[in-house]
Amino acid sequence: MPYDPSEPLKDRITDIGPRHYGEFLPPVIKKNKGKWLYHEILQPGVLVHVAESGDKVFSVRVGGCRLMSVEHLREICDIADKYCDGYLRFTTRNNIEFLLADESKLKPLVDDLKSRKFSGGSNKFPVGGTGAGVTNIVHTQGWAHCHTPAIDASGVVKAVMDAIYDEFDHMKLPAPVRVSLACCLNMCGAVHCSDIAILGIHRKPPMVDGEWIDKLCELPLAIAACPTGAIKPAKTADGKKSLEVKAERCMFCGNCYTMCAAMPLADEVGSGIAILVGGKLSNRISKPKFSKVVIPFIPNEPPRWPSTVAAVKNIIDVYSKDAHKYERLGDWAERIGWERFFEKTNIPFTHHLIDDYRFAYTTWRQSTQFKF
Amino acid sequence: MGKHNTPMLDELEKGPWPSFVSDIKQQVANGKHVLKEAPDDLLGVMELSYVDKVTHWKHGGIVGVFGYGGGIIGRYCDQPQMFPGVAHFHTVRVNQPSSKFYTAKYLRELCDLWERHGSGLTNMHGSTGDIVFLGTTTDHLEPLFFEMTHELNQDLGGSGSNLRTPECCLGQSRCEFACYDTQEACDNLTHEYQDELHRPAFPYKFKFKFDGCPNGCVASIARSDMSFIGTWRDNIRIDQAAVKAYVGGEFAPNAGAYSGRDWGKFDIQKEVVDLCPTGCMRWDGSKLEINDKECVRCMHCLNVMPRALRKGLDTGVSILFGAKAPILEGAQMSTLTVPFLKMESPFSEAKDLVEKVWDWWMEEGKNRERLGELIQRKTFQEFLRVCELDPDPRMVDEPRSNPYIFWKEEEVEGGWTRDIDAFRAKHQR
Repeated sequence: MPYDPSEPLKDRITDIGPRHYGEFLPPVIKKNKGKWLYHEILQPGVLVHVAESGDKVFSVRVGGCRLMSVEHLREICDIADKYCDGYLRFTTRNNIEFLLADESKLKPLVDDLKSRKFSGGSNKFPVGGTGAGVTNIVHTQGWAHCHTPAIDASGVVKAVMDAIYDEFDHMKLPAPVRVSLACCLNMCGAVHCSDIAILGIHRKPPMVDGEWIDKLCELPLAIAACPTGAIKPAKTADGKKSLEVKAERCMFCGNCYTMCAAMPLADEVGSGIAILVGGKLSNRISKPKFSKVVIPFIPNEPPRWPSTVAAVKNIIDVYSKDAHKYERLGDWAERIGWERFFEKTNIPFTHHLIDDYRFAYTTWRQSTQFKF
Repeated sequence: MGKHNTPMLDELEKGPWPSFVSDIKQQVANGKHVLKEAPDDLLGVMELSYVDKVTHWKHGGIVGVFGYGGGIIGRYCDQPQMFPGVAHFHTVRVNQPSSKFYTAKYLRELCDLWERHGSGLTNMHGSTGDIVFLGTTTDHLEPLFFEMTHELNQDLGGSGSNLRTPECCLGQSRCEFACYDTQEACDNLTHEYQDELHRPAFPYKFKFKFDGCPNGCVASIARSDMSFIGTWRDNIRIDQAAVKAYVGGEFAPNAGAYSGRDWGKFDIQKEVVDLCPTGCMRWDGSKLEINDKECVRCMHCLNVMPRALRKGLDTGVSILFGAKAPILEGAQMSTLTVPFLKMESPFSEAKDLVEKVWDWWMEEGKNRERLGELIQRKTFQEFLRVCELDPDPRMVDEPRSNPYIFWKEEEVEGGWTRDIDAFRAKHQR
């Protein structure tokens, strides 16, 4: 019985939640769940997991664009049907994993995946993203769908991944390098604990649309939204209720714009990219850490963001040559010292990189231990 | 050939990484999506942003399905005359199954549903873990929701000031490190808290994430207000024969994860024992010893030698609270609050804790104040009182260095009420 618009609440079903994962597990996984012994990465992008029973499941990991059409999804389904009895999964980092128990189908699957190209020539299903390399860049919506971005997301990711593709399908770095992108510092893709974070930032204070602001916004909410108290009540020349921004206090967080659509701040020159490095999530060897700002601003350069691409590639290349095995990027920077990090990467250290916000003092150096 | 000329986006069809531009173009050419012009106009409006270097999307309006306050995000283009196909382009969040396993059959049903009611474009998946249907109009929302619930037995995810769609790593389904069933925990708590997920009653968003072990593949320590991270409190199981096999070169260390470079012969002393953060391991050339009492379960040795070392058998979770991105007071990671809890269905203890924390946050939290910020404002001590937990040195990196302790009156013998006259009787003015 189809939806009846004249009775929208008839037979309504709500609060049923997601489908149960058990419906979607391949038989070999259902059988051996909780009883896996070990795994091996057979080649970049190809894993085998071995269970106590001796059963094996093979996983072939391919990079996916998180922005994906249903046409593409159906092709993924066709591949899963052909080689994997229709089973697949997606990873936290927007990769696709094809899962199969039948080893004889593994090579044909990998060969098939590698042969498929988009009309423009790019790989549809790049195999890789495992071990000590770069895996897929998790990212946000950018100019494809978001109202607060400083930069695009999908385009920057595409340009960066093209340039470091060799690290995606090899495992030759000192440790995994997790690259993440958030198109503004709302960070709906939280990038603040990534080896390399590409972050969209603004540098011009919001404009105030005085003609409309009192109609579009709750003015007290916009005032309260400012973490530095830079916004105060004002009147337009013809007496309309409005707001005023004390520009020198603005830290360009965009929180006021989130609360009030009449305070736009994105700008073709003002908005661009900051690069943060050295964060991690895992507890392996060292504790999880935040990423640190090392490049305060790179201009927005669509369509292929060459300066950003070069900056990311440079950091990975220097790290790759200099770090010890098992050292994450942040562990490496801490061992050699941040003064050496800037020297070796040839990145200028400017006043923008010294913290002056809430926890600033904890990041200044209270020691005579430093390197010349 | 699409209706817009997109020379800048076309530059993104080159290179080896999959091109989202090529993908959208194939949807334009071959897709059966009901909103005929949507993918084409999406390319058009993106091209305009590539020229202008500024977004052309406006703030969302209030759109949704009857009875829910979350799951749909309104989105409108600021150039609707130029791009009518995306003038209204709302997002639909669809609650993914635990760990994002699918059958091709089910994915095709989702594709069919979305072509009947939207643009045919998705995010697989959104940052919080949902399947995201990208772009539809208000009139399609109710029919979409009706068919999704009636035909696909599938519900929406969270948005706004409510419980956001919980997410987990793949856990025991395919990982030898998982210390509890992350999939079941995630699914169970998601179903338990459907009301909180669909009807905003919180000061701001709230996220649960479930990591199976301290490797943290689903980023719970950085990205969730309440992070469940698998751990164990007994001993690492050692297979000494397998240790020797690693040392002898029969097994590839790190499961082969570092095989793309010649790092030399595997050296257990240098690569495992010396890198142990607490120095609790010893290798005498034939036997590996671990002083488990000193182990902090960093996972390094297990990651390097998964065939020789296995997590303990007395497993559960550590629970940490308060992670968030920088908006507004600065980024926070979650703080260790419950060092160890058994994590078995029906997860009653975890739920008791969830509800204590929510009651406090809903009572005390300011508009748009995340839990981590509230804990900072009200103090961790206050948070422990709310959780009815005793303080434990595991909760801090180090004790406070300032001595400004906010003593409570009941902690001080005789209380705070004193008689100034009695004082003056002994001490001249």
